[in-house]
Amino acid sequence: MTDAAAIARTRDPAALYRWLYLTFVAAFVALPLIATVLGGFKSLGELRTNPFGLPSHWEWENYAGILLSHRYWQMLWNSFAISTLTTGITVVIASMAAFVFAHLRFFGSRMLLNYFTMGLLFPAATAILPLFIKVRDLGLLDTYFGVVLPQVAFALAMSILLFRRFFRDLPSELLEAALVDGCSYPRFFRFVTLPLSRPILATVGTITFVHSWNAYLLPLVMLNSDAMYPWPLGIMVYQGEFTADWHLILAFITLTILPTFLLFVLAQKHIVAGLTAGAVKG
Amino acid sequence: MAAGSGQHPAAIPFPSMLANAYRSAAANGRLAAIVLFLPPALLLFTLFVVMPVAEAGWYGVYNWNGFGKPTNWVGLDNYRFVFETRAFGIALRNNVLIIVVSLTIQLPLALSLAILLAEKFRGAVALRMLFFLPYVLAEVATGLIFSFVYDGDYGLVAAIWRFFGAEPPYLLASTQTSMLAILIVVVWKYFGFHMMLFIAALQGQDKNLVEAARIDGASRWQSLRHVTIPLLYPTIRLSVFFAVVGSLQLFDLVMPLTRGGPADSSQTLVSFLYSHGVMRMRIGYGSAIGVILFAICVTFAATYKRWFMRDD
Repeated sequence: MTDAAAIARTRDPAALYRWLYLTFVAAFVALPLIATVLGGFKSLGELRTNPFGLPSHWEWENYAGILLSHRYWQMLWNSFAISTLTTGITVVIASMAAFVFAHLRFFGSRMLLNYFTMGLLFPAATAILPLFIKVRDLGLLDTYFGVVLPQVAFALAMSILLFRRFFRDLPSELLEAALVDGCSYPRFFRFVTLPLSRPILATVGTITFVHSWNAYLLPLVMLNSDAMYPWPLGIMVYQGEFTADWHLILAFITLTILPTFLLFVLAQKHIVAGLTAGAVKG
Repeated sequence: MAAGSGQHPAAIPFPSMLANAYRSAAANGRLAAIVLFLPPALLLFTLFVVMPVAEAGWYGVYNWNGFGKPTNWVGLDNYRFVFETRAFGIALRNNVLIIVVSLTIQLPLALSLAILLAEKFRGAVALRMLFFLPYVLAEVATGLIFSFVYDGDYGLVAAIWRFFGAEPPYLLASTQTSMLAILIVVVWKYFGFHMMLFIAALQGQDKNLVEAARIDGASRWQSLRHVTIPLLYPTIRLSVFFAVVGSLQLFDLVMPLTRGGPADSSQTLVSFLYSHGVMRMRIGYGSAIGVILFAICVTFAATYKRWFMRDD
């Protein structure tokens, strides 16, 4: 935000309009979030009379009650396990496939790459029912892997393209020199490509993790016991139980978006680069 | 390594040539890389992406509840039923509505903010981050936050209405306003993403062009209108692409807000697929909806890429 004093000094009407516009949008974005966090500190009665302001009496027990409950940690753990497995598997197998597409030409390699690119064209929702049947027939319903494997599969197309582009941009002299010295392709991948690929590993890892952490539809269809629910499902169950107790629901929402928020603050650069570069360079 | 064997091909008998080729491939691990590195991705992708899409086409011509084998062949009846369902028409209309709002409200908002925030001033980076934050939050959490905002008893909208002495509305409970309420949340959540796309593009632009225009006497608005924005056309096309694709996938946001209701008034294609196909375990009918959605996505992606993104 530009200084109000600076605007007064320059008397530039454009700067004033700019300031007003930015303030308005900032309020539009921030108010629902601030009201949510503060709402968790209020009693239900106060929420009704004073939804915007600071709480007159800070009700710490709303938050404390949730933080001390088993279900909160259970669902965060479920989310963490599912997202970590999804990210780990995606990064490993997508980077391996991308390495082949980046450095090795063989009969049908172009066609295979196009085959994977098809995955960019449609969302998982289009095939959600057959996916459910498949996961059921594999006996993976209500397990982490019933969610993880389809998530990995749908993350592959974008991940492979991002990795491939990065691998191809690495200096080709490296590979030539390594081959002359008798290094094999798999060893080159393990000991040269991967250590040089930290930025793209971080990017793909971030995209995959955030998408998996926030995912709703796949877990909704594949999981059916509360004990397995990741947080987007758990929070819906919680809301169903405490329909009108908004102060508790708001506290619960705040605590569930807290990890995302912290991660965002700590790793802004990676997250912004990841989520937009994935789009721009895909 | 392999270079020696290529010089006198006639002198070397064919089998040993093959053996040489094989040996050199084995020595530098070409074959090993292909055989070890590709199959995991290929297997998962085929099993969980390609096959389910193909199976949706197969299940779509059966009346099947998911138990046993699909045997009750009904031809294209499922598709006819989908097109005859009132909610499908509403969902289609709502998806178009989301696209229209994305183009007429979200895109100008994102573009104007990007132009303002691409410049360096105190607080610009903080504002960028604030505007991007909603995009990082989960759709479900966003939906719940706004079901509080819109709540007629405790919500922020109700408080504003009461402040002006009016009876608070229940925006999400009325067929007239439910979709409007969702559209506002869509803009709230996604404009920051599009803004970031534009900022990234603006920062990659050659500043000399604008400077040259200004030296030649173009006003600030003229240089914006005739230099900066035309240079952003590829990014605008990309942003439109994401807006349409996002609209076709919209589901997580709708569930906590309205579940597609009341009376199907706020269904999107995916929420329609969920509530009419998945919830009722009508595999054939739901698969038919999936196939229609698939056809829309693929047709759109293919035509859009051909018509608008050829040169990018």
